[in-house]
Amino acid sequence: MLRLIKDTLGSQCVTLWRVFMHAFAKTDTVEYPDVQPQMAARWRGRIILSRDPDGEERCVACNLCAVACPVDCIALQKAEDEEGRWYPEFFRINFSRCIMCGFCEEACPTNAIQLTPDFEMAEYVRQDMVWEKEDLLINGTGKYHDYNFYRIAGKKIAGKDKGEARNEDAPVNLRSLLP
Amino acid sequence: MRFEVGSALSIGAILFTVIIVAAMLIWVERRLLGLWQERLGPNRVGPFGLLQVVADMIKIFTKEDWVPPFADKFSFILAPPIIMVVILLSFSVIPFAPGVGVIDSDIGVLFVLAMASLGAYSVMLGGLSSNNKYALLGSLRAAAQMVSYEVFMGISLLGVVALAGSFNLREIVLAQSDGWFIIPQFVGFVIFLIAGIAESHRLPFDIPEAEQEIVAGYHTEYSGMKFGMFFVGEYLGVVLVSSLLVVLFFGGWLGPGFFPPIVWFVLKTAFFIALFILLRAAIPRPRYDQLMNYGWLFLLPLSLLNLVLTGAYILWQEGI
Repeated sequence: MLRLIKDTLGSQCVTLWRVFMHAFAKTDTVEYPDVQPQMAARWRGRIILSRDPDGEERCVACNLCAVACPVDCIALQKAEDEEGRWYPEFFRINFSRCIMCGFCEEACPTNAIQLTPDFEMAEYVRQDMVWEKEDLLINGTGKYHDYNFYRIAGKKIAGKDKGEARNEDAPVNLRSLLP
Repeated sequence: MRFEVGSALSIGAILFTVIIVAAMLIWVERRLLGLWQERLGPNRVGPFGLLQVVADMIKIFTKEDWVPPFADKFSFILAPPIIMVVILLSFSVIPFAPGVGVIDSDIGVLFVLAMASLGAYSVMLGGLSSNNKYALLGSLRAAAQMVSYEVFMGISLLGVVALAGSFNLREIVLAQSDGWFIIPQFVGFVIFLIAGIAESHRLPFDIPEAEQEIVAGYHTEYSGMKFGMFFVGEYLGVVLVSSLLVVLFFGGWLGPGFFPPIVWFVLKTAFFIALFILLRAAIPRPRYDQLMNYGWLFLLPLSLLNLVLTGAYILWQEGI
């Protein structure tokens, strides 16, 4: 009998007391629109296209991001300018499909496509969720400040011939027998 | 027009206050639950979110009021008002303060118990007329729970009635002027509290509307203001049981003096309403058979024992 009272009333009273003491604990709620949260630098949010330190587009339209994308939300078309640089003629991300997985960023060989900590992307019209290249392109280098694909890669463009890239030896004449 | 028991002013003021308090409890409960769960609760509409109630009202009034085609229309519409009416009627015998009340009935305690029994019809009809499995299960549980817990709800009160020598709630309060009944009737208080929670099917005993088991129980099919009446009826029940606890065991409006009597009544009632919400925040729901076993095998013998001991004490006091 006493045991029953202890088990029923006693333990319930302890529970009540402990829950009551939570009234004096700090609340976990962040009042979001009034208080902006500090997002982690690696947060996977809105996708941007960055530029290299010279201010040129980094994207070389290799399509690896579109292939990696599990929801097929990236669409782009390759074009080539008179200097020999490849660039996307259009670059379109449908953010109503995007799941912010970051696979495109991992796939990108030129650090062009990057995810940012911004997450406030709500729109009233669904069509506004489709972002074009002009919307995606930023005037900065994003997370990687001194990476410049055309200064490292062996691809020949106007003003930089074969062998002139950083850490690149001059091309070897394959038909010569000299050592 | 004078402010006395039974005057139109008094009746109007009590009706208005009780309904407003019951509606405000929606906000109070959500804020207090938030406090105890380390959240904030609704705080955007108006100062401290006070106008949340207004927003909820607008929403619930403008919602589609749908009667399912497979339901029994007459009893489906009849069920929700019953619970509001019987609980509001119960408030008529509550003595709020000297001169504040609707009637001084000599059978006040019996009237409250009778109205509580009628409240079971609302839940039963609502579940039965919905023609829905979950609603039927909910109303079956509600009927069993309310009928069994009424038994010792009544018996636990008899100790108080015997000590006060009256069924009149106002005289019960006056009989406590030299000591609240919580001290001699502590067991009765605990039993009445538990039975009161079960009667108003609040959270530890919300088995008739257990969301995790039977969707929403007896009001699964209800929407709009018909659901709102069940909802407000539940909060009215909380206010009613809290004020009954205050009147029967905590001396009603009696207090040390530095407040007017009505303020003491309101403060004590608010304490018990907060206790109800704390119970909701803290205690998990028992299983259905556990509830029944606990009621019939533990609380019923205990309340009978309490009654016998109280009777023996009174006889001993009178020197027989």
